[in-house]
Amino acid sequence: MAQLTYREAVARGIAQEMARDERVVLIGEDVAGAGGVFKTTVGLLERFGPKRVIDTPIAEQAILGAAMGGAMTGLRPIAEIMFSDFFAVCWDIVANQMAKTRYMTDGQVTLPLVVKTGNGGGLRFGAQHSQSIENWAMAVPGLKVVTPATAEDVVGLMAAAVRSDDPVLFCEHKGLYASKGEVPDGEIVDALGTARVRRVGGDATILALGLMVGRAEAAAEQLAARGIEAEVIDVRSLVPLDTATILASVAKTGRLFTVEENPRLLGWGAEIASIVADECFWDLDGPIQRITTPHIPLPSADSLEDLVMPSADAVALTVGKALQA
Amino acid sequence: MTAPARAPHAYGNHPVVWPPKTQDTHDDADIPADTRLWIYRKLQEMRQFEKRAYDLFMRQLVKGTTHLSLGMEAIAAGFGAAMRADDYTFATYRGHAHTLARGVPMTPVLAELLGRENGLLGGKGGSMHLTSVEHGVLGSYAIIGAHLAIANGAAWSAQYRESGQVAVCFFGDGTTNIGAFHEALNYAAVYRLPIVFVCENNLYMEYTSIADVTAVARPAADRAAAYGLEPVAINGNDADEVYLTATEALARARRGDGPSLVEAVTYRHGGHSRADPGKYRPSPEIQAWLDYDPLTLYRGRLERRGVDPHRLDAIDKETADAVDRATGEAIAGDLPTPDSAYTQLWADGGSSWRN
Repeated sequence: MAQLTYREAVARGIAQEMARDERVVLIGEDVAGAGGVFKTTVGLLERFGPKRVIDTPIAEQAILGAAMGGAMTGLRPIAEIMFSDFFAVCWDIVANQMAKTRYMTDGQVTLPLVVKTGNGGGLRFGAQHSQSIENWAMAVPGLKVVTPATAEDVVGLMAAAVRSDDPVLFCEHKGLYASKGEVPDGEIVDALGTARVRRVGGDATILALGLMVGRAEAAAEQLAARGIEAEVIDVRSLVPLDTATILASVAKTGRLFTVEENPRLLGWGAEIASIVADECFWDLDGPIQRITTPHIPLPSADSLEDLVMPSADAVALTVGKALQA
Repeated sequence: MTAPARAPHAYGNHPVVWPPKTQDTHDDADIPADTRLWIYRKLQEMRQFEKRAYDLFMRQLVKGTTHLSLGMEAIAAGFGAAMRADDYTFATYRGHAHTLARGVPMTPVLAELLGRENGLLGGKGGSMHLTSVEHGVLGSYAIIGAHLAIANGAAWSAQYRESGQVAVCFFGDGTTNIGAFHEALNYAAVYRLPIVFVCENNLYMEYTSIADVTAVARPAADRAAAYGLEPVAINGNDADEVYLTATEALARARRGDGPSLVEAVTYRHGGHSRADPGKYRPSPEIQAWLDYDPLTLYRGRLERRGVDPHRLDAIDKETADAVDRATGEAIAGDLPTPDSAYTQLWADGGSSWRN
């Protein structure tokens, strides 16, 4: 067991897979010599050499195109898009090419690749370096989407993503890079499509993702002090989605809250709310409530960013009000 | 030193581009007779296939859209003859000829255009996405630019695996103005990837002349220097010139000397896609290029080289019969099963996104 930061866990997960399979290669801007601008790939160049760990030009289409073409022909590339906001300059490769090629070719082409990216807000980077883009990817059939919230999950889900034969967007939350967690020794391999119950409770189900998981847990602490036992589920994987865990929890608690960092409209929680309304409406004791960033870009000033992103206090307030009503 | 001022932009303010004057330039080239007969047969196959595709479109059996290679066959055939069986082809939505060039049979290609179960992609891809991995056709890409970057990935993989394979990526003149072209060229040059980029410059992007919207006269060749590459501009209607250029570029890539950028000048006999009569092009220009047809050029050469015209007629007839056969088989194909709409999104064969 070791204490690792989330960013160290990224490098550990990649190293675990690169050591196991020489088809696994890593490309991206500043990922080799510099060890990544977020220091998530430190030591990989030294350990695996310049043939497998490659610094690229600032050319996101070229990076993801190379990853895709490599995956088509025998490699299992991991490509980094430094900030997830930059997907907007290479979304053709992601949404039109990676996502659709297997289907369009009726299964002739397999794309075992991972696109890792620094996602999410809270670092005062302003509107173009802070977005949570999971729901962009969720909306496109053919992409798997995961967001780990803990160092252990980073390692295990990275392994699962690399071993998946489908394109996986691996969303690392930038606000968690410095966070620390216990990571077991030895090989860790998790499973895509599995949520984790972080806290057990019978009064309300709170779903969260990435940075919001810790805030949901903190909110649950506050609520417990007031006699409300909330169940906190870390969704982890949006595609595939572990609806079984979510539906079972809602059936038990009768209330569903989502805590989403994305702007309001069509956030990931909206899809889950729709599923829950369809499939366990009669288990609900009250309306489903989504707690999200408002439908605005994230502002840069710390006071404003803190104001608009869902906080533990805001979650506790919303859930508490709803349950005491 | 300053660059000469460019004339103010005005639509249609471009000169007519005439085809080359000679057809016998490569009569004496050192190309095996068998290779030339293979090229001739492929040219015929592509020409007759595309004409049939057009006819089936007019009969409303081919739905959606089609982008025909009529007039541009020499590029696909010349490269097809020069490529190794395990090399990779990346084509655009105008990819029927490139698919046939690698030996993909006509029936599944035609059946794909007709949306049949026996189509190359089971009816799920269509005319613009022809792919046959077993023949090295790693796809036809319908949004310009991306596939240059993707072809780099296949070339990178070949380099990584030290397989000696080369990726050949075909695209149109219009692609030279999109960002991905420039990203991909730089990327290929930086890593010395075994790749050949082939610009099929047919002088018109879709409905607009490439010259009207491009800062340089030769849309691909004049960009080569920016990536440390030699400018290569060739007669794209002479299959032997294409073959010779392809052979050299492929050898360079296999030697580890990196990418090439080839601009092959050619002409579409028809419009951009099925809906386009191509009327934005001046009639004398069209006529001049129809008269400089890659098939008549090549047949003339073979006859001058002493090939018996009856032998060539026999190839024409065999091809016509094969196209008829493929047409029958494609039309007779079943419609895709409804279930197939839900397969092969994921590697497990299905399309489920939840448990």
